[in-house]
Amino acid sequence: MKRPAPRLLTSSPPRLLMPLAALALVLLYDALTMPGFFHVEMRDGHLFGSLVDILNRGAPVLLLALGMTLVLSTGGVDLSVGAVMAITGAMAAGLIARPEGFVLAGLDLHGSAPAIVAVSLVAGLAAGLFNGALVAFADVQPIVATLILMVAGRGVAQLLTAGQIITFEHPGFQFLGSGFVAGLPFPVTVAAAMFLVTAALSRGTALGLFVEAVGDNPTASRFAGVNARMVKLLVYGFCGLCAGIAGLIGTADIKAADANNAGLYMELDAILAAAIGGTSLSGGRFYLSGTLVGALLLQTLTTTILTKGVPPVLTLVVKAAVVVAVCLLQSPKFRAVAGRRFRREAA
Amino acid sequence: MRGIRRAFPGVLALDGVDFTLRAGEVHALMGENGAGKSTLVKVLTGVHPRDGGEVRLNGSLIHPASPQDAQALGISTVYQEVNLIPGLSAAENIMLGRLPRRWGRIDWGAVNRRAELAMGRLGLDLDVTQPVGSCSIAIQQMTAIARALDVQAKALILDEPTSSLDAQEAQNLFSVIRKLRDDGLGIVFITHFLGQVYDIADRITVLRNGKLVGEYETASLPRLELVARMMGRDPDEVAALESARPADAAKTEERKPFLSVRGLGRRGSIRPFDLEVAQGEVVGLAGLLGSGRTEAARLLFGADRAETGSVTAGDRSGVPGSCRQAIAWGLGFCPEDRKAEGIVPDLSVRENIALALQARRGVLRRLSRKQQTEIADRYIRELSIVTPDAETPIRSLSGGNQQKALLARWLAADPRLLILDEPTRGIDVGAKFEVAKAIEELRAAGMAILFVSSELEEVVRSCGRVAVLRDREKIGELAGPDVSAQGIMATIAGSQPKGSTEAEVRL
Repeated sequence: MKRPAPRLLTSSPPRLLMPLAALALVLLYDALTMPGFFHVEMRDGHLFGSLVDILNRGAPVLLLALGMTLVLSTGGVDLSVGAVMAITGAMAAGLIARPEGFVLAGLDLHGSAPAIVAVSLVAGLAAGLFNGALVAFADVQPIVATLILMVAGRGVAQLLTAGQIITFEHPGFQFLGSGFVAGLPFPVTVAAAMFLVTAALSRGTALGLFVEAVGDNPTASRFAGVNARMVKLLVYGFCGLCAGIAGLIGTADIKAADANNAGLYMELDAILAAAIGGTSLSGGRFYLSGTLVGALLLQTLTTTILTKGVPPVLTLVVKAAVVVAVCLLQSPKFRAVAGRRFRREAA
Repeated sequence: MRGIRRAFPGVLALDGVDFTLRAGEVHALMGENGAGKSTLVKVLTGVHPRDGGEVRLNGSLIHPASPQDAQALGISTVYQEVNLIPGLSAAENIMLGRLPRRWGRIDWGAVNRRAELAMGRLGLDLDVTQPVGSCSIAIQQMTAIARALDVQAKALILDEPTSSLDAQEAQNLFSVIRKLRDDGLGIVFITHFLGQVYDIADRITVLRNGKLVGEYETASLPRLELVARMMGRDPDEVAALESARPADAAKTEERKPFLSVRGLGRRGSIRPFDLEVAQGEVVGLAGLLGSGRTEAARLLFGADRAETGSVTAGDRSGVPGSCRQAIAWGLGFCPEDRKAEGIVPDLSVRENIALALQARRGVLRRLSRKQQTEIADRYIRELSIVTPDAETPIRSLSGGNQQKALLARWLAADPRLLILDEPTRGIDVGAKFEVAKAIEELRAAGMAILFVSSELEEVVRSCGRVAVLRDREKIGELAGPDVSAQGIMATIAGSQPKGSTEAEVRL
C-alpha cells in the first residue's frame, strides 16, 4: 500500500520550522540527559541557569548575525566582523588603560564609559563603511573586499595594543559584559535591543525592501531606480557597527583586549546563524527572526557540547553534523529527492 | 545538414532544419534572435548533440561530439565574443593546445613561424609575439580566425564577426573572407547587419522560430523580401498589408515635446540619433532585432552612458548618467528582458509594483504595508493581473502577468515618459491586447510613450510616429499615414542603393 511521504520532506514548511524544530530537539535532548538544565534561579536579583547562559553567550553571535543577515541579503558577505570585534575591543581597552605606546594615548576621555563606547563604536562603523565603500563604489567582490579587513583588521588591532594583551579594571565599562538589567545579563539586553533596532531599521523604512531587491536582482533594482550603492554602504556600515558592539561586550567580559583571539572565526558562526535562519547566501529575502533562532541554535549546541563533556577534539565535528542536517533539511532540492526516495521505499 | 532537430526543455530550438554549405561559398545564416542560428551552429560543431537528422561532410555521415572533434573534422568556429587569452601573445593564442614540441620542450621558433604563416594567409603582417590584449578588436578577430584556420579547415563558421568592428575593419575582414572563399573554404556567416550580407554572401538561409524558411541566392532575394522572410511574412502579403490607422499626425504638431534627443550615441551601441516625443504621443522604435532599438532606449534611460549628444526632458537637460537620474527627470523604462532586468523574482507582486515608487520616495519615506497593498490591488484590478493575491512571489506568475505587474510598477511611480521595450514579447494574445489598451489609456491621459517592438502590427496600431533603425543607426522616421508595416519594412530594406530599387519595384 502506498503511504504518502511525510509532509516534512515534501512540502515547503514555514521558514522558521526547521531551525525551531532543531532547537527544540537539542533542548529536549538536554532536558532528558541533564537534569536541571532548565533550572533557572534568582540569586541576588540576577537570573542564573543554563538557559540564561545560552542567551548570554549567544548575544555576540546574534549581534554579528544581525548585520550579517542584511549583508548576505544584498548578495554580499562580510568576513571581517571577527577582526572588527578585535579592533573595537582593542580600542576600548586602550582608551581605558592608556598603556605605553597606545596610538590614541593623547585622547583622554577621563574614563567616561559612554565616551569610550562611543569612540570605539565609531571605529567599528568606520571599518564597516570601509568595506561598504570597497564593495559599493569600487565594485570589489564582497568576499575579497572584506577579506582585506579580516586579515588587516587584526593587524590594526595589534597596532592599537602595540602587540600586547591589554588588561584593565573599569567597573562602569565592565557592566557591558557582566552587568545585569532586570535580572538578565546586560549583553542579552543589548542583543535584544539591537534585534529590535535592526527590525525597525529594515522593516520600518524601505531599507529592507531595497536590500532584498538589490540582492535578488541587481539589474532590475537599478532600472527601478534603487540606489544600490547607498544601500550597500549603509548595510556594511551597520554590520561593522554590530560587530563593534559585539567586540565591546567580549572585551568587557574578559576585562582584556586580545588582538589575536578576540572574535576569531566568529564571522563563520554569524554567517551560519543567518543561513540556518533561512537567509540565502546568494542574496534576496532575509529573515531576522530566523537569524535569531539560528544564533540560539548554534549557542545551545555549543553549550550542550561543552556541558556534556564531549571530548574537545570532537566538539566541532558534532556541531558541524547538526548544522549539516539543518541545512540539508532546508534545501528544497534535498527535500524533494529525500521525499521521492521515501515514497519509493514505502511503495 | 538534413532535418536537424534539437529540443531544449520546453522548447524545440530546431525543427527539421536543412542547411547546405558548398565549398568556396559564403553562406549567410539569417534570422532574428531566437530563430535557431546559434543552435544550428552548435549542433554542427558538436557543442549540442542533435536529437534528429543527419550531418554529412563531403558525403560521409559525421557525428561531432565536441568542438575539438568538429575541428579535427575540419569545421572551425569563431564565436561572437572573441575567445582569446588576452595575456598571451598572438602566436601562443593561435597555437594553443597544439604547440609544436622538440625534445619535450616547446619549440618557440616554430610556434612563431607557424603563427606568422597563419596570419600571412589572412594577408596580415604583424608581430605575433605581442600580447593580443593590447591589439585592437579587429586584430583579435583576425587572430581568432587564424587560430581556427591553422588546423586544416574545410568549413569556417563566423558568428557575428563584425558586431564590434567599425566599417573599415569590417571591410578588411571581408577581403580576408573573400580570399578564403577563393581558396575553396566554405564559410558560414552569421550577422544582424543586412548590408553586410549583400556585400559578402553568395547564398542566404533564413530561419525563423527554429524552422527553415528557405534557402536563396543572394542575387535573387531583394532586401525587402529578406526582411519579410525573417519576420515570418509572405512578401505578397506584405504588399497587401494595409496601414491600419490614419493616425493623428495633425494633432502631433500642436503637442508640446516632452523629450527631445540630440545626437545621442555611443560607440559599439548606436550611432548618434535625434528623437522627439511629445506628451500624449506614442512614438515607436522599429527595426529588426539587433538593430539598436534596445541600445537607444538604454542610452535614453541612463542604463548605458551616452558618449555624445544630449537629452532634454521637460525642463531638465544633459546626458543621463544613471537610471536614478533619468527617473528623476520623469522617465520610466520597462526592459526587454523581463526575467533578467525587470522582475525581482522572489519578492511579492506587491513589492515589485511598489519598488519604483518607493525608490523615488527614498529610503526614509516608506510606503506603509497598507499603502503598498492598496496600490498593488488597484493595479491588479485595473490591468487584470492574474495572481492569487498581491503577496504571491512574482516569479510564479505567467509572463504576461509579470509584464503587466512591471507596467504597474511604472504607473505607480508616475513617470512623464515611459519607455516600453518589447512589452508584449512572449505573452499571450489576451495580455497583448490589455497591454495595448493600457498604452492607449496612458497616452490619452497625457503620458509620453516610447514603444519599442518587433511586432510591426503593434507598432502600427499604437504609434503615431515611428523611428526606424537599422544596423545600429536611425535611418528614418515615418509619421501619420506613412506608418504602416509595409512602410517600415521598406524603410528597413531600402535607402541603400543595392536593395532600394528592387524594393520599390516590388511595391
